[in-house]
Amino acid sequence: MHTPAQSSSLLHVDAASLRISGEWTLQHYAQLEQQLASITLPVKATQAVDLSQLQTMDTAGASLLVRLLGTQRARALVNQPEALPAARLALLETVVSALEQDTSTAQAKPRQTPAQMLAELGEGMQRFSGQVLELLGFIGLILETLVRSLLHPSRWRVTSLVAQMQATGLNALPIVALLTFLVGCVVAFLGATVLERFGASIYTVALVALAFLREFGVLLTAILLAGRTASAFTAQIGSMKANEEIDAIRTLGLNPIELLVLPRVLALLVTLPLLTFIAMLSGIFGGALVCLMTLDISPTLFISILHDIPARHFWVGISKAPVYAFLIAAIGCLEGFRVSGSAASVGEHTTSSVVQSIFVVILLDALFALFFMEMHW
Amino acid sequence: MSTAQQQETVVEVRGLCNRFGRQSVHENLDLDIRRGEILGVVGGSGTGKSVLLRSIVGLREPSAGTVKVFGENLQNLAPAQRAKVERRFGVLFQQGALFSSLTVAENIELPLIEHAHLTRKDAAGLAQLKLLLAGLPADAGSKYPAELSGGMIKRAALARSLALDPDILFLDEPTAGLDPIGAAAFDQLILTLRDALGLSVFLVTHDLDTLYTITDRVAVLSQKRVLVADTLERVAATDDPWIQDYFHGPRGRAAEQAAERLQEHN
Repeated sequence: MHTPAQSSSLLHVDAASLRISGEWTLQHYAQLEQQLASITLPVKATQAVDLSQLQTMDTAGASLLVRLLGTQRARALVNQPEALPAARLALLETVVSALEQDTSTAQAKPRQTPAQMLAELGEGMQRFSGQVLELLGFIGLILETLVRSLLHPSRWRVTSLVAQMQATGLNALPIVALLTFLVGCVVAFLGATVLERFGASIYTVALVALAFLREFGVLLTAILLAGRTASAFTAQIGSMKANEEIDAIRTLGLNPIELLVLPRVLALLVTLPLLTFIAMLSGIFGGALVCLMTLDISPTLFISILHDIPARHFWVGISKAPVYAFLIAAIGCLEGFRVSGSAASVGEHTTSSVVQSIFVVILLDALFALFFMEMHW
Repeated sequence: MSTAQQQETVVEVRGLCNRFGRQSVHENLDLDIRRGEILGVVGGSGTGKSVLLRSIVGLREPSAGTVKVFGENLQNLAPAQRAKVERRFGVLFQQGALFSSLTVAENIELPLIEHAHLTRKDAAGLAQLKLLLAGLPADAGSKYPAELSGGMIKRAALARSLALDPDILFLDEPTAGLDPIGAAAFDQLILTLRDALGLSVFLVTHDLDTLYTITDRVAVLSQKRVLVADTLERVAATDDPWIQDYFHGPRGRAAEQAAERLQEHN
């Protein structure tokens, strides 16, 4: 029961008595904690407590004192007005009453068992299938609302639609054009290097044109908009949800799908195909530039080769744009509605919406590629 | 409180001006907070009560004037010294400002681990105490702020502001949004903590009951400055239309009577 003499500046324990002295504050918490750990707690009731040399005490110190004495003993001490100055007694009493309510027992975090991990996997799968179902349901809801509102021209939200078109289309134009131009250059370089070995460098033109008309134009645009627009939709709707604005819309008798989702979906349905068209032009332009500089293919020759490429390749590419547009907008909005409460939730769902929409775009693109190949289009 | 202690000033605001663009909120504002007192700050909406609070705790650099806390001007201190002074503040923000990605217990442990360098286990023990001190149930610690009610958020935020045993507590409308029973309990809690911990409290409030039951002095913000700062009786007797409306309107009278009844009861 003896504590070393050098640490007795704060606490001195012997068989008959306890002497508390010095500063029982947060600064000395670790030191006190150590001393407390070396004696059996709480101390025996027969030991007298001497508090006369206690200089300062804060809540941290008081909690340690209560732990040292046990709540019952501490409560008894509180009831002896002469033991401590009034202010200190009040502090001790506050802490004692607080700690008396502490019924919780410290529980360690349970270890994960293999069965639990398996269960988590199953839960994850269930959540995934639930999300897919929810997305399908949401798409149905959008289509239903769309058809309803089409019948009532007075309920078309033209201003909102135009504003969304500017935000998702016009403002995205520079980045889409620049990115596809650069990728066009890269594809042309690649074609030039590989095809030159077979003496077929003239086919670089066809490679660039086909790649951009069928795949890259729409795919790059869709991925860019998935990152740029789906996240914006989620953040906008999500912060409205967190702020109870969505509930306010509902209680005002308005339909949040019609008010918030339709303008966004329709705007993207218009702008994504337009941006895709720009992306195709910009990519082919990048390819033409590289052809001119490295392969000496003049723009006239380039264009005359382009003329021989059937237009169906363009239609194959552009026909995918509305599908992607609809899905990106739907996922972005749905994730926004899934936000609950906090700011952290907005961030979580924004990430999720970008990941989901890019995943869906690439997955569908692969399916489309298979389909068009089988159809010989 | 002895008279000598009451004279000691912990916060001294002199000639404070705060401007947002062309709009001026404070002009030549003077205010003192004395050790161990509960200072209530009242004023109409938009009179810059929260701005004053932010200026004192150093979140906002004043456009002009000085704010001295414990005799030091925060704006002139090196970051390390400034952090040292800031550790002696406890701030309860209007919306609680609990970190939403942490549980309530982790919210309170954070300053204990970062500043007092406690181990996680020690910090958890102390955090539990602060939770109980703030009147929260023992199992609230493992919850996330989003799962708490408005009143519990206030209490959790108070627990966090008490984490480092501050010398000054800044409370921005602590009882707003609480039910009357919860608000009265919160008032008593602040009073108890002040008496027990020897806190100085800067209390921005609209709650007349709070003003009547717990404040030692009241400062009225009006016309871009502190119109008057004195005991409640003297402030209420000041000849100013806004003050007269505030303290002698129907709500003011009701609160005054309630406070009188409470005193008789005691």
